[in-house]
Amino acid sequence: MTTEVGSETEVKKEPEKAEEQSPAPEQDAQAPAAEPKAEAELPCGETAPPGGDGDAQPKAASPEKERKQKEPSAGKGISRFLPPWLKRQKSQSQAEPREAEKENQEKVDEQQQPGQESAPKSPVSEAKEAPGEELKSDDKDDKHSIGSADTQPAKEEKGDESLERSADVKEKEESKCEEKKEEGETPKPDSGTEKPLLKAAKKMKTVMCHVTLLDGSQFPCEVEKRAKGHFLFFKVCEHLNLLEKDYFGLSYKDAADQKCWLDPAKEIKRQIRNSPWQFAFNVKFYPPDPSQLTEDITRYLLCLQLRQDIASGRLPCSFVTHSLLGSYTLQAELGDYDPSEHRLEYLSDFQFAPTQTKEMEEKVVELHKNHRGMTPAQADAQFLENAKKLSMYGVDLHHAKDSEGVDIMLGVCANGLLVYKDRLRINRFAWPKILKISYKRSNFYIKIRPGEQFESSVGFKLPNHRSAKRLWKVCVEHHTFFRLVTPEQPPKARFLTLGSKFRYSGRTQAQTRQASSLIDRPAPYFERTSSKRVSRSLDGGGSRTQHGSANHYATCWPTSLLLSPRLAQWIRLHHPLPRGELVWSDSQTPLRATLVLNRTACLRAFWCLVCVRLASPCLQTSLWFLIPQSKLRVQGENIYVRHSNLMLEDLDKTQEDVLKHQASISELKRSFMESTPEPRPDQWDKRLTASPATSLRLQAQGPPVVKTEMVTISDTFAAQKTEISTKEVPIVHTETKTITYEAAQVGDSEPGVLMTAQTITSESLCTTTTTHITKTLKGGLSETRIEKRIVITGDSDIDHDQALAQAIKEAKEQHPDMSVTRVVVHKETELAEEGED
Amino acid sequence: MTALTAPFGRFTHSVVRAIPASFGEGALRTCSAQVDLAAALREHEHYVAVLKHRLGLQVVELPADESLPDCVFVEDAAVVCGDTALVTRPGAPSRRKETEAMKQALQELNLNIVEMDDDSATLDGGDVLFTGREFFVGLSTRTNQRGAEILADAFKDYTVSPVPVLDGLHLKSFCSMAGPDLIAIGSSEPAQKAFKVMQQMSDHRYDKLTVSDDMAANCVYMNLPDKGHVLLYCTSEEYPESAKVFEKLKDYTLIPVSNSEKVKVDGALTCCSVFINKKLEN
Repeated sequence: MTTEVGSETEVKKEPEKAEEQSPAPEQDAQAPAAEPKAEAELPCGETAPPGGDGDAQPKAASPEKERKQKEPSAGKGISRFLPPWLKRQKSQSQAEPREAEKENQEKVDEQQQPGQESAPKSPVSEAKEAPGEELKSDDKDDKHSIGSADTQPAKEEKGDESLERSADVKEKEESKCEEKKEEGETPKPDSGTEKPLLKAAKKMKTVMCHVTLLDGSQFPCEVEKRAKGHFLFFKVCEHLNLLEKDYFGLSYKDAADQKCWLDPAKEIKRQIRNSPWQFAFNVKFYPPDPSQLTEDITRYLLCLQLRQDIASGRLPCSFVTHSLLGSYTLQAELGDYDPSEHRLEYLSDFQFAPTQTKEMEEKVVELHKNHRGMTPAQADAQFLENAKKLSMYGVDLHHAKDSEGVDIMLGVCANGLLVYKDRLRINRFAWPKILKISYKRSNFYIKIRPGEQFESSVGFKLPNHRSAKRLWKVCVEHHTFFRLVTPEQPPKARFLTLGSKFRYSGRTQAQTRQASSLIDRPAPYFERTSSKRVSRSLDGGGSRTQHGSANHYATCWPTSLLLSPRLAQWIRLHHPLPRGELVWSDSQTPLRATLVLNRTACLRAFWCLVCVRLASPCLQTSLWFLIPQSKLRVQGENIYVRHSNLMLEDLDKTQEDVLKHQASISELKRSFMESTPEPRPDQWDKRLTASPATSLRLQAQGPPVVKTEMVTISDTFAAQKTEISTKEVPIVHTETKTITYEAAQVGDSEPGVLMTAQTITSESLCTTTTTHITKTLKGGLSETRIEKRIVITGDSDIDHDQALAQAIKEAKEQHPDMSVTRVVVHKETELAEEGED
Repeated sequence: MTALTAPFGRFTHSVVRAIPASFGEGALRTCSAQVDLAAALREHEHYVAVLKHRLGLQVVELPADESLPDCVFVEDAAVVCGDTALVTRPGAPSRRKETEAMKQALQELNLNIVEMDDDSATLDGGDVLFTGREFFVGLSTRTNQRGAEILADAFKDYTVSPVPVLDGLHLKSFCSMAGPDLIAIGSSEPAQKAFKVMQQMSDHRYDKLTVSDDMAANCVYMNLPDKGHVLLYCTSEEYPESAKVFEKLKDYTLIPVSNSEKVKVDGALTCCSVFINKKLEN
């Protein structure tokens, strides 16, 4: 869906870039190497699937290499039709030449070592060597005999791909390059639209991925079956509005329930194997100094991760620290301590520690009082300042045994490798002291710079081969990320081009810092919501009508609003609320209204915000989760939302409520419209009455990325003014209604040349989203038109208005640079008594 | 955690204990030496007076217990960091009861008390070096692995790294903190070796203040609100060479303190007090 559009467009310029890039390092590497093909061949195997590389290679590579490259693919392709035993032989014979080459490479590495040793970067080069080692299977000490076994599957993969999907490959290639390019340039993918000829008429198999975000919410994301890790990762970052993404990664649980990092450079499918397409977005590299992060949103996400780490016990802290960190969490999430609303019950919704005592909660509250006036961002910063000093901050622990079979833990962190026995740190190997990291079967080795009091090579026994490899990977990644400063250097290039199945493909910390320093955007708004509270509130009945991230919205009703005087005035006049329901603070400007948990009030507030949102798409993400104390400019009006954990206890509404609610909404909306500088036609009333089957059409205008200021919707079927009367009829009957709203400026319906068309279907609990993307070429400009058809099925409990709003909202979020030009609401209501459950 | 925000060496309280008459004869010692009890009492009195009057600390003085000849060395009975106090299980069985009075005193100071329940664990506070960033714990005749683990459990915020004590009674028999990130260390080979181990284990680089006498490397550093860096160190009468090294420290309030009697039973300057910072959140 979105993703497609986004990536295609980004991808456009990549291929040439990638071609330029990849050969260059190869040549560099070749210079010192005795056997150029060793280096040349392996990279193509690894960095990219063959199809794409085939294009890229010839320029720099020898024909020999080219041949090599094709061989495996052809062989593998055929091998699919061969009996397994034959297949096996085949792959073995293939692996052999590789190993020989590897050998040479090894030598080269060794030659280089002495010279590098004094240089601070030497460990770096060593680590890079390691991947090479992985491929070896002979008796040499540092070599991994599993290596060859490992590489084979990789080759097979390649073979399959190149045969089965030559066209597909190209596209993969592109998306891969996209990442590369991104590294060097603006992190935000710009979505200019160009011709994606290759894609035309290709049918795509997609899979729904479910990504658990740090706040506990789920982000459903549809990806092509063969998509690489980074594709999904980018979608998630895009969804989160995260630019400093290099500290993060996606993880999944393997068959043994071990947490693994999704390699962005590899196909998702190949990595997760038979595991479900279920991922978690996590911090991968904990920045040693979070204050150096550029954006608050990044710090916020880091906070969420640390809260998780703390609550799960992964990051141990003392009682006082638990309390202090908890108090910063409260300050960030709830704002200043307020005795009237911050009662202790409040706290039980937060998890400050693996085991939380009443005493601790009291301490948290006590400390919370001291943070008065601190903004959420400041509270997060304080949280991090304290958390980063914790001894286990950013330490990734792995179970192991030492050479004597004693149980230990190996901790990988920014500075190096730590060895723990029980809770005690019994050894430490800083990265500069480590010359080489390798693994062989279930053993993990580090080679230490000689001259220290420790033996030059230290071995550890991991539970199994997979865990040894996982540890090795994590080490290579951490080492590269934290130690490598200038990855453009030949060693880095060599590293990347080595034939290992694995290398760190992201930016180093140095690079990401540099990139972050270039971030030039207004601080993005984001919601701060405790994951704990979200999951709790899902216990209620509300969840069943929600899907995906919608959960999120439905459960986080605002309880406190800061409204513009005008809006506040209106609410006061038109909705005399029962006493206690809406508490007005003094008539300051802007007014702050506190909504006490009451469904009607919440709904009103909600709708008010929905309207604001819909009317001003520039508000981007979830307006109703705005952080306390931050002011949001809404066309000159300030809106302030503070949410609480006091959720709606039930979402069952009586018919009367519905009517009342809807009536009041329309008024509220009208009022809002009036209060905005550019009043919208009040077609929303009509929309409100429409329901279940909803289809949205989004349209993007060609290459120029125009941030649309408004969702402009004009009513083409003004006559269709429907009423909600249907709800009152107890008899079973079906009703169909169609309402279409179309943007007035849509005058471009003349057809262009169709370039691509694709349809993606995704399903979640009660919605089916069909996304139809067409690209047309019109007068030299390409235009992408996305039509989303969202079928919402479910009992009458569904708040259709909300669902529609949600759909529009999501659409807007997914395509921030597109505008909604048409909204067609098609309702098929089957009204039956038993519909309620 | 509050300790993380307060400057290193900031203390408001000190717990000390009087010398019992049994001290001269009964106190454990690694080498046989005759202790002049009267001199020891004078020495200790002066020590407490420095803390109380010169430095203005709130000094909690526990009464002596004749059945516990070593009870003046309160440091071994508890490790206090921030709001948490670990009441130890001293390595010498004859000293185990020393913790009772200490525990009570710490409770009265409203610290979170953690006790060593494990009968296999032993830990003397003299083996615990807190640098402000992490703990080093000497594995000695008095402190074992299990004791070190419990220390790590009690202070979860900090890294705890064991250091083998090859020579001397305690880890702090040859080293101590002489300032923020400054470790005073004896010049003997075992001491220097231990420093190397500490440096190897730490993510942080410490400065090293080497003094010629191992025992002189035990000094008391404080950072007090109106006094800045304060250092109690052994007098030049006892350790002339080492005293010179301390006297070169700039911007310090240097207070030489005599320790000639207590040293005969392996007592050092840090041994005679437990320091606490109580004005944490007020």
